[in-house]
Amino acid sequence: MSELTARPADALVMVGRCVRLSRRNVDALLTSLLLPVILMLLFVYLFGGAIDTGSAYVTYVVPGVLLLCAGFGAASTAVSVTTDLATGVIERFRTMDVGGTAILAGHVVASVVRNAVATVLVLAVAVAIGFRPAVDPPRWLAAAGVLLLFLLAVSWLSAAFGLLARTPEAANGFTFLAMFLPYPSSAFVPVETMPTWLRGFADHQPVTPVIETLRALLLDTPAGSAPAHAVAWCLGILVISMVVAAVLFRRRIA
Amino acid sequence: MATAPPAVETVELRKSYGGVVVLDGLTLRVARGSVHALLGPNGAGKTTTVRILATLTAPDGGAARVDGHDVVRDRRRVRRSISLAGQHAALDDAQTGRENLEMMARLAGLTRSAARRRAAELLERFDLVAPAGRRVATYSGGMRRRLDLAASLVGEPSVIFLDEPTTGLDPRSRQGLWEVVGELAGAGVTVLLTTQYLEEADRLADRIAVLHGGGLAAEGTPSELKRRFGAHRLELTMHDTTSFADAAVRLGDRVTHRDPVRLELAVTTDGSGTQVRDLLDEADPDRRGIARFTVRGATLDDVFLTLTSRPMAAGRREVAGV
Repeated sequence: MSELTARPADALVMVGRCVRLSRRNVDALLTSLLLPVILMLLFVYLFGGAIDTGSAYVTYVVPGVLLLCAGFGAASTAVSVTTDLATGVIERFRTMDVGGTAILAGHVVASVVRNAVATVLVLAVAVAIGFRPAVDPPRWLAAAGVLLLFLLAVSWLSAAFGLLARTPEAANGFTFLAMFLPYPSSAFVPVETMPTWLRGFADHQPVTPVIETLRALLLDTPAGSAPAHAVAWCLGILVISMVVAAVLFRRRIA
Repeated sequence: MATAPPAVETVELRKSYGGVVVLDGLTLRVARGSVHALLGPNGAGKTTTVRILATLTAPDGGAARVDGHDVVRDRRRVRRSISLAGQHAALDDAQTGRENLEMMARLAGLTRSAARRRAAELLERFDLVAPAGRRVATYSGGMRRRLDLAASLVGEPSVIFLDEPTTGLDPRSRQGLWEVVGELAGAGVTVLLTTQYLEEADRLADRIAVLHGGGLAAEGTPSELKRRFGAHRLELTMHDTTSFADAAVRLGDRVTHRDPVRLELAVTTDGSGTQVRDLLDEADPDRRGIARFTVRGATLDDVFLTLTSRPMAAGRREVAGV
């Protein structure tokens, strides 16, 4: 069990390390910051005119873009975990009795920080091109909370994938999964416009309730059962990913 | 009063990977404060031994203790007294030398300011002050290895494992690393190092354990090993059977080869003038018996090759004969 118990100080040092490493990985950092912005511009100006959502498309699409960006950014955690395991540095950490939880938590927290920055950037650009959220700070805080929970869940899930993959290239495959999942959801087009069989999936996958919750909070519309579903999905993914990551970490280092 | 346990102790250590036996009952003791070299060809089990001792791999059988603590049951305690530096420098390329050391020092439990001081001290000691602010990615092989060694010292370990510390280094960097190991030993740290180079083991170690086929092929001080397995061979051709018999009696069990028909005798020697002269005098005090002599130069590497190329059973007998 000692491999997995984290001393809080170790986890903090690991977070500092991973934040610094992400800051210095300029290519990845630029991609994770610029890609979401470009995608948003693409949707708003290229496809937006052709999609009827009953309101300004920018208003409809921003929550979806935020989530796409979060999923994509968090997925890069898989690559950093696999890369870390490929070098000898994890072994040194282990001989220094740094637990697996601290090592993984470092990656996860750095991912959350990285993506929080990207989210703020996307929001700023969104406001510049006409996104007008409801002025209600408590709701903004709630939205930030849901987004952070989603980031945390996807980052841990991603870390678990990183432990499963043998090479950084393989780990990168998870990025595609995370990027694909927001498409068959209510992120870019209303679910009602999809064929019935796809609607069933779109309605019941984790991304849709999270997006609906963000929409409700940012645009001050009724949320229904979406927030409860969103939180349940995120917590479920988070807990399962943490357990799976713990098991995989132990198996990977044996 | 109980005597202090040896720094490192393994008893009948066993480990296989996917059906391939890597360690086949290795028993080893490393005295406190000594430098011990594990010498052997690739696949002899050196790295596996070090990984087990450093708590990174669990053995399949047998026991291993560091500072008296079991490496499986008392892993935490073991980790407090050890550190590992290897052939693959375990550092973050994207962090500077100083950042790497400060991070390791913090993980070793030092406060932020103490970590900063410790890093500065180690940078100084390892001659890394100038490149301290540069990312490790820009370091040369020798610099990385020095930084890696510095990183392994942040927690002031009492036992340090060096896994092939000089593999792939140029002669000058190798020299530098040898000096550091010498200093460590001088400061009372127990060093267990693995190497493929006899010269390195000879130069650094108080005792050498030659590993072969997952077990101990020979163990002793460098001079013992040299005496036993001989770096050079002094070959004597005697004038007649009488002088042959006399010389054989005088040299006793040091004779490694005898041929009464050709009147030839051989003994091992370090090849030095003094020793060869002494041996000649001893074998033939009247200076009449020896017709010819030859000193055949065998390098230590040849000895190593002989020792590690014979079948395991023969290797084992060598230990039993000590």
